[in-house]
Amino acid sequence: MSAPVILRVIDFINKAAGIVLTTEKAYFVEARLSPVLREEGLPSIDELMTRAERGDRRLAQRVIDALTTNETFFFRDKTPFEHFRNVIIPELLARRPAGKTLRIWCAACSSGQEPYSLVMVLDELKAQLAGRPVEIHASDISEAILSKAKSGIFNQFEVQRGLPTKMLLQYFQKVGDNWQISPEVVKRVNFFKFNLLEEPKTMGTFDVIFCRNVLIYFDRPTRAKIFDRLADRLAPDGFLLLGGAESTFGVTDRFTSHPKERMLHVPLMRRADPAARTAIA
Amino acid sequence: MKTCLVVDDSSVIRKVARRILEGLDFEITEAEDGKQAMDRVASKMPDAILLDWNMPNMDGYEFLLKLRQMAGGDRPKVVFCTTENDISHIAKAMDSGADEYVMKPFDKEILCSKFGEVGLV
Ligand SMILES: C[S@@+](CC[C@H](N)C(=O)[O-])C[C@H]1O[C@@H](n2cnc3c(N)ncnc32)[C@H](O)[C@@H]1O
Repeated sequence: MSAPVILRVIDFINKAAGIVLTTEKAYFVEARLSPVLREEGLPSIDELMTRAERGDRRLAQRVIDALTTNETFFFRDKTPFEHFRNVIIPELLARRPAGKTLRIWCAACSSGQEPYSLVMVLDELKAQLAGRPVEIHASDISEAILSKAKSGIFNQFEVQRGLPTKMLLQYFQKVGDNWQISPEVVKRVNFFKFNLLEEPKTMGTFDVIFCRNVLIYFDRPTRAKIFDRLADRLAPDGFLLLGGAESTFGVTDRFTSHPKERMLHVPLMRRADPAARTAIA
Repeated sequence: MKTCLVVDDSSVIRKVARRILEGLDFEITEAEDGKQAMDRVASKMPDAILLDWNMPNMDGYEFLLKLRQMAGGDRPKVVFCTTENDISHIAKAMDSGADEYVMKPFDKEILCSKFGEVGLV
């Protein structure tokens, strides 16, 4: 692939999704885009990019789908889900009036393992929740990965990564060589397409935001902007969970660590916000 | 050091499992069927057992039932590891006292995840 072509792809995916690729990734770009060329019957990446840039939205989406990395697994890294169970839900239940809906957002949900893991944790907390409504919203920029998430179908490799066998037996049916998560679980998650570069204005406020293993692909100014918007969408006493290699440190001052759990990010209270101060007290 | 008994009639599988589990800091002993495995656990209970189902002499299922009745036999974490991957097999293994279940073929990541699940990684 020639230098101008790779630069064209780099520029496109950066503008479209915020993802930063470098010219060393030429091999990756080629490997990911070749199947698209084949399936679309297009002669070259150049031609694909011309069409995507000239407003063929379907092709533009195909390029985005091909260049996003969707690596994920059930209960990834364990600790965030333990925090969710042992710290976040108990604190929220103590602070929120009975009956008030809790709202959770997985902001880069990939094939759905993250929101589905949360459904399983919430099931275990049924007694504590005592009928309190919990909404789980899950979004991603990739339409292809969202349709996989909504299908609830996973292969043998995927259901063995991070998922205890007990949960496999409890929630999955075998369909051919694959495993189908129960439709009841799928129904509990509201999947929708959302690009983190956009303004999440109409989404209301969330109590918990999982934004894990996606900001690593962005540059610092983009991360700062996204942190700002997440902070706007998070309740003043809400919780933000990041991936193991991600941090707000040196990027934004809108979050700080939870007093007990360093890896748990909570909005930094501002002096001008006395209501929030009492909320966390 | 944590110890793991690898029980499988295929020497290839035992070799692959040994390599992966040694990488996860286990000291490995091997047995090629349930009978041999009974001898091994009678002389020393390991921390974990990676157990195949279909084996000559004594199969993994029968071994597991016997193990769980032995003195100290409730201690090892048993990870069943088979080519049978239908729900009824998995449920039967879990009901008879397995702690986790791995469907073959497995790789390092899956074994690591499953031994993590039983608290040994
Ligand atoms: C590596 S996965 C992480 C999945 C999950 N959160 C986890 O931690 O396992 C990253 C996901 O971010 C999505 N993504 C990349 N850029 C995005 C953007 N600008 N807006 C929304 N999602 C994006 C990708 O499509 C991919 O599914």
